[in-house]
Amino acid sequence: METYYSLKPLLAVLVSLLAVVLIVIPNQRPNVRESWTIMAAVAKFTIVLSMLPSVLQGQYPEITLFAISPGISLALKVDSLGIIFGLSASLLWVLASFFSIGYVRGVPEHKQTRYFASFAICLSATMGIAFAANLLTLVVFYEILTIATYPLVIHKETGAAIAAGRRYLVYLLTGGVALLLALALTYQISDSVDFRAGGILPAGIGKSSLILLFILFLTSFGVKSAIMPMHSWLPAAMAAPTPVSALLHAVAVVKAGVFGFARIIGFIIGPGLLQKSGMGDFLAALTAITIIVASLVALRQDNLKMRLAYSTVSHLSYIVLGLALFSPSAWIGGLLHIVNHAMTKITLFFCAGAIYVRTHCQNVSEMNGIGRQMPITMSAFTLASLGLAGIPPINGFISKWYLVQGTLDVGQTIYAATFLISGLLNAGYLMSIVCRAFFRGSDKFVKYGEVSPSMLIPLVLTAMFSLLLGLFPDQFPFLFQLAARVASNVLGGGGP
Amino acid sequence: MSSLSILILAPLLLASFLATLVGIWRLTWAYIITIIGIALSLAAASAGLFRVLQEGTLRHYLGGWPPPFGIEYVLDHLSAFMAIIIVFIGFVIVIYPPGAGLYHVPRKGVPMYGLVLLLISGLIGVVVTGDLFNLFVFLEIYSLASYALITLGGNRAVVASFRYLVLGTIAGGFYLLGIGFIYFSTGTLNMADAAQLLPALYSSPTVVAAAALIVIGMGIKLALFPLHVWLPDAHSYAPPVIAAILAAVQIEVAGYVIVRMMLTVFRPEYFIEILPITSAIGWVAAAGIIFGSLMAIAQKDFKRMLAYSTVAQVAYVGLGIGLANPLGLIGGLLHILNHAFMKSCLFLIAGGIRFQTGLHEVSQFAGLGRKMPLMMTAFTVAALSMVGIPPTCGFFSKWYLILGSVEAGNWVFVAVILTSSLLTAVYFFRILEKLFAAPPNDDEAVTKATEPSPKIVVPILVLAIGILVLGLINALIVTRVLWPVVALLPTG
Amino acid sequence: MVELFIARYVYLMIVVLLIIGLYGMLGKRNLLKKLIGMNIFQTAIFLFFIEGATKAGGSVPVIDQQLGMAAAQYVNPLPHVLILTGIVVGLALTGVALAFILVIYRAYNTLDDKAIMKEMSK
Repeated sequence: METYYSLKPLLAVLVSLLAVVLIVIPNQRPNVRESWTIMAAVAKFTIVLSMLPSVLQGQYPEITLFAISPGISLALKVDSLGIIFGLSASLLWVLASFFSIGYVRGVPEHKQTRYFASFAICLSATMGIAFAANLLTLVVFYEILTIATYPLVIHKETGAAIAAGRRYLVYLLTGGVALLLALALTYQISDSVDFRAGGILPAGIGKSSLILLFILFLTSFGVKSAIMPMHSWLPAAMAAPTPVSALLHAVAVVKAGVFGFARIIGFIIGPGLLQKSGMGDFLAALTAITIIVASLVALRQDNLKMRLAYSTVSHLSYIVLGLALFSPSAWIGGLLHIVNHAMTKITLFFCAGAIYVRTHCQNVSEMNGIGRQMPITMSAFTLASLGLAGIPPINGFISKWYLVQGTLDVGQTIYAATFLISGLLNAGYLMSIVCRAFFRGSDKFVKYGEVSPSMLIPLVLTAMFSLLLGLFPDQFPFLFQLAARVASNVLGGGGP
Repeated sequence: MSSLSILILAPLLLASFLATLVGIWRLTWAYIITIIGIALSLAAASAGLFRVLQEGTLRHYLGGWPPPFGIEYVLDHLSAFMAIIIVFIGFVIVIYPPGAGLYHVPRKGVPMYGLVLLLISGLIGVVVTGDLFNLFVFLEIYSLASYALITLGGNRAVVASFRYLVLGTIAGGFYLLGIGFIYFSTGTLNMADAAQLLPALYSSPTVVAAAALIVIGMGIKLALFPLHVWLPDAHSYAPPVIAAILAAVQIEVAGYVIVRMMLTVFRPEYFIEILPITSAIGWVAAAGIIFGSLMAIAQKDFKRMLAYSTVAQVAYVGLGIGLANPLGLIGGLLHILNHAFMKSCLFLIAGGIRFQTGLHEVSQFAGLGRKMPLMMTAFTVAALSMVGIPPTCGFFSKWYLILGSVEAGNWVFVAVILTSSLLTAVYFFRILEKLFAAPPNDDEAVTKATEPSPKIVVPILVLAIGILVLGLINALIVTRVLWPVVALLPTG
Repeated sequence: MVELFIARYVYLMIVVLLIIGLYGMLGKRNLLKKLIGMNIFQTAIFLFFIEGATKAGGSVPVIDQQLGMAAAQYVNPLPHVLILTGIVVGLALTGVALAFILVIYRAYNTLDDKAIMKEMSK
């Protein structure tokens, strides 16, 4: 694996910051303002995509900017793990931008400039997290992401939104503080914070400091990836507008937490040390409990977005559980699930947003018969639901297949059972909505039709992607190749 | 030999007299003289920092008398660092229009310019002098100027200032007693000379008393908990522009004196091992951080909240001294710089809000974010920096302090720093929520509010941009300027 | 023990003065009394310096043909010079403080600390 100097990672981060500057120019027409968002999103995706071929060949673009602390530089490096996350987030930003434009005008939302500007900052920070070459760089962007999401959480400025914002801050800032300490400890122990596959902590580290370090990382990234009992900010944050929930609370923000786990487990602490100290088992047990409990709670939610939120909580733990099993298949499954869950969950949120814009319905119990009025939307919803439940041939099945295989590789049948039970529960809480929508009649929805194309097309596209990723995994071999390479690097202990 | 140190001081003193005299006749001329004087001083301070980085310590013998007989002015890394902070903040403060800064009485611009210059020259004098007694004289010069400046805030401010005067005199008296003890044990008042002679006398009770008296005196000036009692009133009743310079640089200079005593006059080991001075400062500061943050949360008045936040923030400097290892002290010293930018920015914003709307209680600020977008963006940056969100500068002083605490194995300090970040977040996000998310009330002051004039906004934006830039270039400051300062300290 | 006190009695008096001064500043409610305490406190410090400069049998520090150049024959002049500066500083502080007291009295019609506090919190 080699690295080469390239400006592209920096551009990928900066392009949306540039867009922020253009977005906040006062007194411009909304169409002009939105065009900046679209242009930045497309440019970002193009830049990230253009780095894919070289990453696939094992050539990693890298740029070191300047020292931000003696001995530690602000540095970006696009490796196999980073590009998986960067690619999925930047692709979905393009779709979410179109969806947002339709949504904020359909509702209509106020303070749209702030909305689009914060959104763009969030994406910059997400790219920074994906491409960070060391832990300090990651922390810098991680905190920016935390802060930039706050205006989106409180966007509606209702009492509930502000309360959700407070809860969000309490959880996320506490996590940030734990992360800062973990960073300092890592630097103190290993004299470096650069990511290296297989971990950078010295093998002779004391058990108590290892456990302390792990607990700190668990509290910091665990908050963002909503592992129970640190999850309650995520359902509360559903007070945000739906596109925010879709992109940030299903893809960018929470996946940043999961991605942080991948970096910590694979590139800072290292699987060997985690396994030896028993912390890996602890993490696996915690996530397994989260998967089941969150699925059960999701069953009882009547509010559609809340149901999806708890489903997100459960699926994030899928990924972390996969990472905590230290088996190559489980790692591949976990990493693929980052992409697959993003595709399916964003489809579901888009559908929820479309329903809300059209009918102002938020509760599942009010959605009888809606499938007849919005057939395309609800078909996409059905497809994505099947994907999340892990029904072939949709993409969720593939990642779940690898995850289950990973559990069997290491002989943990209980976790295999966890995945299977959770799949059933998934089917339970999502398919019940589909049944209501299509098979129960109601005279309430006779007057509605589909939403505007700028919302409909993105949700159809993400649903199609989910299907394609599942039907023809061979057509997207790079994803598997990248995930497999990360897994072998991390677990084989070799290579940068 | 270089007279740069005196060149930082001279324009300020000269301009201070001229501005006061001319100001009686023409206020505009006083303003111009002030700007010229402080700009010259800023140029000299920048040149001084540059030459110190190139050549090392610069010394100037006042009147040509060599030490230990004459007074020596020394510009080393630490004093050049402090000098440029002081003059830069002073420059921003005088650009800020006195109308907004003082908001009650227009004619008070006259004494303000002269006194601000006198205050800055006193502060510069303290950091460039190499003589213990000379330091006392400058200490009293800047104290007198600040007492007078605080009273510009009205009748309550006079009462607050009187209290400050009494405690400030005790502090000065303790310092004077301390150097008396040093003088009668060593026979010298020159810092470098005393540093040579003191180690032989370390066990003498006189020297112990000297160290203790100086540190307690400076602890009062630094407003270290529980010696902070004068600060909240003085800083909240003072006009915002004065509070800005007091909180940003004036009290931190007392921290400089402690560091100077620890590094130059005494050996660091004396303060660390022989006397438990640094650990005492550290624990007191840790208590102060928590106390100040909690009190800030309890305040309704914006400036009073900032004043209590100052109590907590200067305690970070104390914590850095208390850690007494290179990384910790770097964190403390860097926080002097960072806090100078953050707190002056916040006080100037308080002045801008008050000038524009007449509001001063946080609860009345609802909806102001839309009305004054530029100023409130600056506020957001400063607030995030106070909380310690990267890449603002406030994050990095905390980062070095945590590294220092981890290195020292002091987990209580680690917990204190992290807890205070969260407490700071409580009181700043409460305001951010009010500014941007709370439904605007029908208060006419808010509905009619507009962005203030560029004269007010520009200094605020300069400081806000400074907060971001300092965060990004902090490694440069740390490696070039601060490492040589802390190199004396024992590691690990 | 007694000899020690007798030998150092000036210092003892200085300590007493310092404590009286501190008590006046911190313990008294009347602002004017606080100011008087401040003056006592400062004077005690000045006396400390002057006392430190004296030598038994020392002469005025002006070179005298009879006494020669031996430093031991003269009292130390430096503390006197320092204290001259110190007195100037003290005077300035007293002047400023008196001005403050005038303003406070005009504003609140009292110099009682507690009463002023009550007025201020209104």
